[in-house]
Amino acid sequence: MTQSAKTVLLDVKEASRSFGGLKALSEVSLHIDTGELIGLIGPNGAGKTTLFNLLTGVYPPSTGSIILNNESIGGMKPYKINHKGAARTFQNIRLFTSMTVLENVKIAFHQHARHSLFTSMLRLPKHFKGEDEITQKAMDILKIFDLDEQSEEVASNLSYGNQRRLEIARALAAGPKLLLLDEPAAGMNPNETRDLMNLIAWIRKEFDLTILLIEHDMSLVMGVCDRIYVLDRGMLIANGTPTEIRSNPKVIEAYLGQEA
Amino acid sequence: MKKLNKNFWVGIIAALAFYGVVQVLLTTGIFTDVTRSMLLLIGVNIMLAVSLNLITGITGQFSIGHAGFMSVGAYTSAILTLDYNVPFVPAIIAGGLLAAVFGVLIGMPTLRLNGDYLAIATLGFGEIIRIIMLNTEYVGGASGLSGIPAKTTWTMLFLFTLITVVVINNFIGSTHGRACIAIRENEIAAEAMGINTTRYKIIAFTIGALFAGMAGGLSAHTFYVITPGSFNFLKSFEIIVMVVLGGLGSTAGSIVGAVFVTLLYTYLREFPEWRMIIYSIVLILMMIFRPSGLLGKTKFSLGKFGKKEAKANDAISENSAP
Repeated sequence: MTQSAKTVLLDVKEASRSFGGLKALSEVSLHIDTGELIGLIGPNGAGKTTLFNLLTGVYPPSTGSIILNNESIGGMKPYKINHKGAARTFQNIRLFTSMTVLENVKIAFHQHARHSLFTSMLRLPKHFKGEDEITQKAMDILKIFDLDEQSEEVASNLSYGNQRRLEIARALAAGPKLLLLDEPAAGMNPNETRDLMNLIAWIRKEFDLTILLIEHDMSLVMGVCDRIYVLDRGMLIANGTPTEIRSNPKVIEAYLGQEA
Repeated sequence: MKKLNKNFWVGIIAALAFYGVVQVLLTTGIFTDVTRSMLLLIGVNIMLAVSLNLITGITGQFSIGHAGFMSVGAYTSAILTLDYNVPFVPAIIAGGLLAAVFGVLIGMPTLRLNGDYLAIATLGFGEIIRIIMLNTEYVGGASGLSGIPAKTTWTMLFLFTLITVVVINNFIGSTHGRACIAIRENEIAAEAMGINTTRYKIIAFTIGALFAGMAGGLSAHTFYVITPGSFNFLKSFEIIVMVVLGGLGSTAGSIVGAVFVTLLYTYLREFPEWRMIIYSIVLILMMIFRPSGLLGKTKFSLGKFGKKEAKANDAISENSAP
């Protein structure tokens, strides 16, 4: 946003995905510039999570291309896409439930670990150095999310809101350029939601992030996003600033149904 | 870091003390040959249980083929010492390495499967190994190999067991081990967080196979004879029972489970007609009253290891007093 020259970080060209006879996404094209905070909305079953799954490699696109940072990532394995700089959270929280809060975040640092399997098995000095480094970095992230005091708590013991925050913390720990948040405020009360939105706005600035956000709560998306894409039945039906989207007849139709 | 090191040395000293006590008891003749072979069996079973725990308890890949790896190690090292006069330690290590190669070969195609499907595939692997041994004249067919020099001493076995426990526990306690636990906890999330899940499954499988192979070699050089039948799927299940009884995912638990199952098995020999019934009832009761295993998911520290070993020691000396 602050950069004068806009660079495209994510470029999706006519990506489609079918499951057997069902076309979950058809020819979706969208682009996100570095530093933008983009909302992705749409009624239930519109294909929002399917699009996330394509972007993060859970399954490859049937046709079309996905380019992240000038590199084609369509069909790449999820862990590789993560290494390329796209990290995500999940709609139905997927924490490592029996691990501690700290360990959950440490997992995301695994790819940056500089001590090898061999040094770890023999407990060479490099192992301790590497582990200390990871612990330190993980604690730094937890502090940002006010989870540092619960770092030794088992993840499943956290409150629902904190579990959602831990998931974001974990995604952030991977050091992404693009952060994909799948309904981060689902199940939160209005206060928690507002706090979360402030936090998202803050980490975006602090970490120079580009964020793609799926959300059901229209008012919430309208408040924070620079631009919004609207999906309906697997197709992109609108794209624009919150004000444009609000008055777009197609969007109103998708959400409220056609006038009789 | 200092704390970790201290913990480590406390454990090592405790383990060495345990070793010393047993060594004295063996040389003074307080421990009989029967006790001695039971101790060796316990050591082999600890190696098997701890290595399977890495695959099943830590990485969450259910494998019923562990006896297959054990078999590869046992046959390889036995042939090396019998036919090629290879010294004992290199033969054991060679057996472990070949088992590890099998681990990679079997792991690459089968670890794409999960849950029940992987279990069936590994069961198939174990049976294939057994049938191949059964029908190969060179390794003695159904009657197996006999006259294997009984070179496994208490000292050797102790060293191998200690190395197994320390190396596997070091692995689990590192970022690499955490990656494996993450796979068990939530494979999709682990992959999305940048963990190459296939790679780590194969690594766990290979390390597990390596130590199972060495355990096989050590057991072959303890009991003079190996037959294909001693590595059938029942042996694999026995190892699973140790791991589950001790507590899936806990190294200390696997050790306790291995000691417990071996003792139970040995002492029930006096009631042959009741043995399997009592054994099964114990398993059923355990699963009803303590489904998470004897130690649950207790994290392993070598300080604790010393205590556990000492307990096992007490149990042994108690029982062998008369």
